[in-house]
Amino acid sequence: MSIARRLADLFRVKANKALDRAEDPREVLDYSYERQLEMLTKVRRGVADVATSRKRLDLQLTQLQQAADRLQEQATQAVDLGRDDLAREALTRRSAVTAQMGDITAQRDALSAEEAKLTTAATRLQARVEAFRTRKETIKATYTAAEAQTRVGEAVSGISEEMGDVGLAVQRAEDKTSQMQARAGAIDELLASGAIQDATATTSGRDDLQAALEAARGDQGVDRELAALKAGRSAPAVGGGQARPEVTGGQPEQERQR
Amino acid sequence: MITRILGEGQYDVPETALTDLNVLDAAVQAAVDATDAVAFRARLGELLAAVRELGAPVPDDVLTVSDLVLPAPDSDLADVAALLGDEGLIPG
Repeated sequence: MSIARRLADLFRVKANKALDRAEDPREVLDYSYERQLEMLTKVRRGVADVATSRKRLDLQLTQLQQAADRLQEQATQAVDLGRDDLAREALTRRSAVTAQMGDITAQRDALSAEEAKLTTAATRLQARVEAFRTRKETIKATYTAAEAQTRVGEAVSGISEEMGDVGLAVQRAEDKTSQMQARAGAIDELLASGAIQDATATTSGRDDLQAALEAARGDQGVDRELAALKAGRSAPAVGGGQARPEVTGGQPEQERQR
Repeated sequence: MITRILGEGQYDVPETALTDLNVLDAAVQAAVDATDAVAFRARLGELLAAVRELGAPVPDDVLTVSDLVLPAPDSDLADVAALLGDEGLIPG
């Protein structure tokens, strides 16, 4: 038998089990309606959960982008300082960060798709629950238990299948979200450990690359001062000749005042 | 013929389209039997596209049972096996 028929049968079996449990089919209407409201709550919560996870990935993407920008900036600085080794290190880290970003972007897109699907499912279920409620009241008001049998069957089976479908969607979204949360947690840990520098934390923490760059810049500063000193060795000889008369000229004055 | 695509909703497919759909359905089944994941995804995609094209969406306020239920477009073989293998996986 084809998969499509087997799946349809499975849904039907589920629905019939619910119907078989009740003595008066009209009891099923109220019971089913309660389940529908629960399912609506569940699917709405599912939408909110997926949105939360998606926003977390958005935030991580922003942080990784900042880290990539910062590493690019560091590479430029390193090149300016003539430190190709540091530039290479910065670019290597940057490519790791970019790879992470590609990965997370794909996951973020998958979650967005899941979010859209669940939102649609929630809207559809809402409309069908509303239709069910209307029909439930009509059946209860108009028909005897015996007459209600078939009508209840139709309504309950129809909505039961919808709930099964939405339930599956919520399950899938929950699975994906928990996978995503585990990964997002891992990235947060990476960011916290400094393996991928969190650009937002640069004011407080300083990464090793930055330290090396500053050391290099410091070295350059020292070199410059050294060069200035060396140049100054001969310069003071000239300046000293000019300064001396003031000193020697001043001393006699002081002596004269005493 | 009411056909549900899981995660998407129901379509009312005219009886005249059934011959075409059965061919596509058989191709999906063949891919499942051969446990060919790539072929399965491709054939399922074709079947779902045909249902969407030939069928008319069932309005949201209509409560009706499906004659056929098809897996979601991004399902893989494991998802389908899980659906068919254990009734408990279908909630509701």
